[in-house]
Amino acid sequence: MSINENRSARKQVTIDGNEAAAYVAHKTNEVIAIYPITPSSNMGEWCDQWSAEGRKNIWGTVPIVTEMQSEGGAAGAVHGALQTGSLTTTFTASQGLLLMIPNMFKIAGELTSTVFHVSARAIAAQALSIFGDHSDVMATRSTGWGMLCSHNVQEVMDFALIAQAATLEGRVPILHFFDGFRTSHEVMKIEQLSDDDIRAMIDDELVAAHRRRALTPDNPVIRGTAQNPDVYFQGRETVNPFYEKMPEVVQKWMDTFATIVGRQYKLFDYFGAPDAERIVVLMGSGSEAVHETVEALMEKGEKIGVIKVHLYRPFSRQHLINALPASTKAIAVLDRTKEPGTSGEPLYLDVVAAINEYFADGNTKFASLPRIIGGRYGLASKEFTPAMAKAVFDELKKEKPKNHFTVGIIDDVSHTSLDVDYSFSTEKEDVFRGLFYGLGADGTVGANKNSIKIIGEETPYYGQGYFVYDSKKSGTTTVSHLRFGPRPIRSSYLITKANFVACHQWQFLEKMDMLSSLIDGGTFLINSPFGPDRVWDNLPRSVQETIIKKKLNLYVIDGTAVAQKTGMGGRVNTVMQTCFFAISGVLPKDQAIEAIKKSIKKTYGRKGEDIVKMNYAAVDATIDNLHKVDYPEKVTSTVDLRPPVPNHAPAFIKEVTGKIIAGEGDLIPVSAMPADGTYPVGTTKWEKRNIALEIPVWDAEWCIQCGKCALVCPHASIRIKVYDNALLADAPPTFKHMQYKGNEYKGQAYTIQVAPEDCTGCGLCVEVCPAKNKKETKYKALNMMPQPPLREQEAKNWDFFLTLPDVDRKTVAVNTIKGSQFLQPLFEFSGACTGCGETPYVKLVSQLFGDRAVIANATGCSSIYGGNLPTTPWTKNNEGRGPAWSNSLFEDNAEFGLGFRLSIDKQHEQARELLLRLIPQIGEELVNELLSSPQTNEEEIFYQRERVTRLKEALQKHPNNADARRLLEVADYLVQKSVWIMGGDGWAYDIGFGGLDHVLASGANVNILVLDTEVYSNTGGQMSKATPRGAVAKFAASGKPVGKKDLGLIAMSYGNVYVAQVAMGANDLHTVKAFLEAEAYNGPSLIIAYSHCIAHGINIRYGMDAQKKAVESGYWPLYRYNPQLAAEGKNPFQLDSKPPKIKFEEYAYNEIRYKMLTKMAPEKAKKLLREAQEDIAKKWRFYEHLAALNYAPPVQHTITNGH
Amino acid sequence: MDLTTTYLGMKLKNPIVPSASPMSRTVGNVKLMEDYGASAVVLYSIFEEQIRHETKELYHYLTYHAESYAEATSYFPEPHEYHTGPDEYLEHIRKLKQSVNIPIIGSINGVTEGGWIEYAKQIEQAGADALELNVYYIPTDPNLSSDDIEQTYLDIVKDVRNQVKIPIAVKLSPFFTSIPNIAKRLDNIGVNGLVLFNRFYQPDINLDMLNVEPGVVLSTSDSLRLPLRWIAILHKKVKADLAATTGVHTSEDVLKLIMAGANVTMMCSALLRYGPRKIREVLTGVQQWMVEHEYSTLSEMRGSMSHQSVADPSSFERANYMKALQTYM
Repeated sequence: MSINENRSARKQVTIDGNEAAAYVAHKTNEVIAIYPITPSSNMGEWCDQWSAEGRKNIWGTVPIVTEMQSEGGAAGAVHGALQTGSLTTTFTASQGLLLMIPNMFKIAGELTSTVFHVSARAIAAQALSIFGDHSDVMATRSTGWGMLCSHNVQEVMDFALIAQAATLEGRVPILHFFDGFRTSHEVMKIEQLSDDDIRAMIDDELVAAHRRRALTPDNPVIRGTAQNPDVYFQGRETVNPFYEKMPEVVQKWMDTFATIVGRQYKLFDYFGAPDAERIVVLMGSGSEAVHETVEALMEKGEKIGVIKVHLYRPFSRQHLINALPASTKAIAVLDRTKEPGTSGEPLYLDVVAAINEYFADGNTKFASLPRIIGGRYGLASKEFTPAMAKAVFDELKKEKPKNHFTVGIIDDVSHTSLDVDYSFSTEKEDVFRGLFYGLGADGTVGANKNSIKIIGEETPYYGQGYFVYDSKKSGTTTVSHLRFGPRPIRSSYLITKANFVACHQWQFLEKMDMLSSLIDGGTFLINSPFGPDRVWDNLPRSVQETIIKKKLNLYVIDGTAVAQKTGMGGRVNTVMQTCFFAISGVLPKDQAIEAIKKSIKKTYGRKGEDIVKMNYAAVDATIDNLHKVDYPEKVTSTVDLRPPVPNHAPAFIKEVTGKIIAGEGDLIPVSAMPADGTYPVGTTKWEKRNIALEIPVWDAEWCIQCGKCALVCPHASIRIKVYDNALLADAPPTFKHMQYKGNEYKGQAYTIQVAPEDCTGCGLCVEVCPAKNKKETKYKALNMMPQPPLREQEAKNWDFFLTLPDVDRKTVAVNTIKGSQFLQPLFEFSGACTGCGETPYVKLVSQLFGDRAVIANATGCSSIYGGNLPTTPWTKNNEGRGPAWSNSLFEDNAEFGLGFRLSIDKQHEQARELLLRLIPQIGEELVNELLSSPQTNEEEIFYQRERVTRLKEALQKHPNNADARRLLEVADYLVQKSVWIMGGDGWAYDIGFGGLDHVLASGANVNILVLDTEVYSNTGGQMSKATPRGAVAKFAASGKPVGKKDLGLIAMSYGNVYVAQVAMGANDLHTVKAFLEAEAYNGPSLIIAYSHCIAHGINIRYGMDAQKKAVESGYWPLYRYNPQLAAEGKNPFQLDSKPPKIKFEEYAYNEIRYKMLTKMAPEKAKKLLREAQEDIAKKWRFYEHLAALNYAPPVQHTITNGH
Repeated sequence: MDLTTTYLGMKLKNPIVPSASPMSRTVGNVKLMEDYGASAVVLYSIFEEQIRHETKELYHYLTYHAESYAEATSYFPEPHEYHTGPDEYLEHIRKLKQSVNIPIIGSINGVTEGGWIEYAKQIEQAGADALELNVYYIPTDPNLSSDDIEQTYLDIVKDVRNQVKIPIAVKLSPFFTSIPNIAKRLDNIGVNGLVLFNRFYQPDINLDMLNVEPGVVLSTSDSLRLPLRWIAILHKKVKADLAATTGVHTSEDVLKLIMAGANVTMMCSALLRYGPRKIREVLTGVQQWMVEHEYSTLSEMRGSMSHQSVADPSSFERANYMKALQTYM
């Protein structure tokens, strides 16, 4: 049965897979316990939103939605709610699903009816990936859960319901899964099930039976016993009948569903020739691409077919055999997962076993035993296209087809990959295929989602939208893939033959090739600052060539100007959307404009009439400014696309990194990829992103050389050096300098230099600059100026600046702002958001301790901007030293870092032991120096490194001494290593808190930096236990009703933990001192750093000011707790900020996270504001008392016994 | 003792009306002011620009980073209920109308023509007894003539006058070349009252930060002289009622302004400084003075010291410097 065939009176909706699953889950459950993880987070968010709106389930009650501290916690809460009789669900993916496995065994073992909805995602192995494959669900095969796979958005909604109905009857819990991103995030027009449909599918008697199994003191039973060898085995075998029956139960509910809704599904759906000889078996969205391929090749007479697996567990061999045509001669089983070392991937093995058993039992449906091969495809959302599907069918034609193959990559190592003819396409001419290149900030994706809805609602067309984002958080490029057509769309792959391409940002033209996928005679729309007369000459050469060669229809609009004029600012979304409708002719122009306006009213109506009017104005102003361009038949341009990385980049950067940057990562062969996930550091410097519209320009005349600009720069793109004046002889003509003002480098030159192509233009540096131009106070010593005219000049200056020597670390006063900023940042040009509040702290660690740091980084924003390919920001200095960085998981980061410490300590200890043993070879003096020299500052560390160099020279003279050889391996550990454990509040306060607590209690010398944004920033602003009272966050839509956890106080309670709470924007010197003290403390240290964030809803340019206000209001007191002081009889707790001097409101209501509550629930906002103000007063009093405690040793009283 | 007066067609029990200030943000405060004797209250102003700004600000931050990054297609929950525009203000009026008996005068502050009418109508519908329009515009463009600016004011007020039925008062700035002329022109449009004068935020310079810091300086009784003069001059020259604001701190201040011709005297700084109980103190003082000086009604004294009624009208017409010069001569 094909999708959407039954187009009855049911509502047609244009939604993504996550929303489709959540829709049914919310209607059919009472308790929902969740934890955010990509790409499943939206399911929980939808349910939370609906419950907050009071939307009821089919029994007329609003489901409870609870956010837990981890997926393990969510699974536990689900298990508990199920055991006490509620219909309960959760949503998850990837590592989250792995954390649920222990409970999944229990839930299945207890034959509990439930459905988990999983947007299937890759598992972190050699690298993390947020994208879709079946690695996660395959890891749960042994839990005893049913596994039901949806292949498209319609099926997601349908199967969510079928699964719910089947689990209630069959009592086997069901994991309902669909491909992460491809299905979870693909927007499609589908038919929405009505409440009546859902009611008809849910048997209330089965629900009652579920309730009757609940634990209740009114009818007590015990469940969850421990069993001994005598009975456990038998107990485990009791469930077999349920599993045997389950496939029939699921099929029964599929049949019932068909009678109610009209769409008929099978456990194994077959599509193809009735006499097919070659069959592909697979599950998930890829089966749609194979379906399309079968359709196309059957027209050419090929005898092929596809088995689309829906019920994967329990695996019904009989149903599979029944589904296969008797003519089957060869089968290729495709798995979207990898199990290294196995004899085959799981679905392949299941099919092999099924067919072999069938033959072994003497059955005779097939003339002979079909040849079965298995292959892998589509890991981590790797494209899987009809061309690849055809390659698989072609392989089956061969006499000796390749087994255990891969398709979609070039495997030049194990030679598993199939050759693919990429020119093969099944795209139909009557389907509109559009590609829209935009920036995240310009609203392109939102507008395209809107366009699909408009077309879905206004026309009988089917629509599909899929959106590709790059992995940077600033200047993100988005590519929207939109299809509209008269038939249901099965194309579960990106568009490679577009008939419409829109470039929403002019600067993309010099960066990427947007026209290679545009067909001859297609349409190219550009948002250009140049009008129809001038645009041609300003296009890059290769773009002109392609336009002429493909005879493209070229349209141009200055969409940015139209958006600016109509109050839309940088959001060109509405303008470009109007252009698309005007040009594409998908709808008649007037009807389209009316529909856009209707949709604007619907989308923005609640947000205020002004917003609606503004968008209307943008629509109205668009048509007059849209022009078709008559272009000459000759190439006139002299400019061309810039290479992705410079030609002088190292080979790996050119051959791998550069290709990924250029969007050609799919072409990189296996041999070019590191085998164990190890990559060179310092690669961001090769990727010149040029995303800043304005950059800071230094005016030395007013500079007071404070160093604050470099300190706060989130991207290390403004730097300071002090150097010999003689070096200026080679400086480019526009290179600026002044004489150093202090005594320490008297007579030397001083320069503040901006990296113009790496700066993101946030303006934080300009805002913190305290030096005003005394003649015109609107200017400072740093001022933002347009980047393009400065780019070339400043790029040369930057290159020269890099040739200047770094300041000798031995001479630097690191405990000052000025001094700390002479140290080279070893964390640079990350992909963090423009104006990020976390990265200035991260960069500071890299400056102060980077040459000796090992960093454990929890998954989250910092692991993405810190470690997401193509380029990574952690780098090394000229001596080749720099932070060694790794990310293990989200939940285990503190433990991971503790492991670093234990290992380093052990190797240090062995080095010391070996030193003592090798005194005769090395000499007593050097050994003593190595063992006893302090390493408390840069100078001492420098000399210890020198000693280690001498030691190595000495050891090399004894190549035959085993101890000497061993000491050579570990000699570097004689120089101390600084272990840093970093992550966000989601990790530290929630999922990783147990581990963090344990590591704090361990007494180990580790430094823990909590980048506290007070929400899960990376997954989109979900509440954590760091979220403050009164702030709005996802899962706290009505404002968080309880206060933030005082993590610092918990840590202080151990007494031997160094704790500091800092906010760079409030007191930068305090931050630097706290970092130095934390690192110097020989024990666990915890720094909680206020990190402003886009999830706060602030103008990021004033992020440091937000930090200042947080401190001034008393909300974020600055303090340090240094156990060393207690040892000296002093109070270890120092309250470093002044008593509150502004009201909490003056801080909070500068931020949308607080302010939006006044627009949503004014009375609640007032109440929470009042309570938050009271919190501050109480906390401040408490801290004051803490700071005033007397730690002097008690007076000794003489105790007498009375005799 | 009859302290009654009329203002904007309403009969008020006395002339003390708290003017627009944060004092009126809570129902409790307004009740307190009523209890201490306020005869009506002008609510805090809604600022058209602020409302527009907040709406756009919210839209901006809710959408700015949305759909930019695969793991986070948004950063805030989608609010299921929005109170945009002056919703909260209107709700406040509705609640006050249920809670207090004195007239409630709504107040709008703005510069463009668009928002005024919309908000004025909504305030009327919410139950306000009257409306005070606060036209607040600091011209910085040397090409903009006073005629242009005055015409804009008149156009705005005319539009509002035509759209709402409740009485309207216009709060003026003292910076007109001819206050009687603009007053007369507003009078001709049908404005029911003139409020003299708007007390602007005044910028200051922070020498440490080299910043301009706008702020409000609370008035003292000395500030009274400016409205006193112009009320005296306008009395009986315009049909509109006259409200004095700025510098009303004591019973003497009230008496002086009534004698100059004010229908009501509006208090703000004194209430912010001493709280609503100051109203009772001033009222008691007025009554005592009237007893001591044998006045039985307030209307007897209204305008008795106006430009038209005093022996030497020129005393209102000349600046101090000139007067000093003349004396010397």
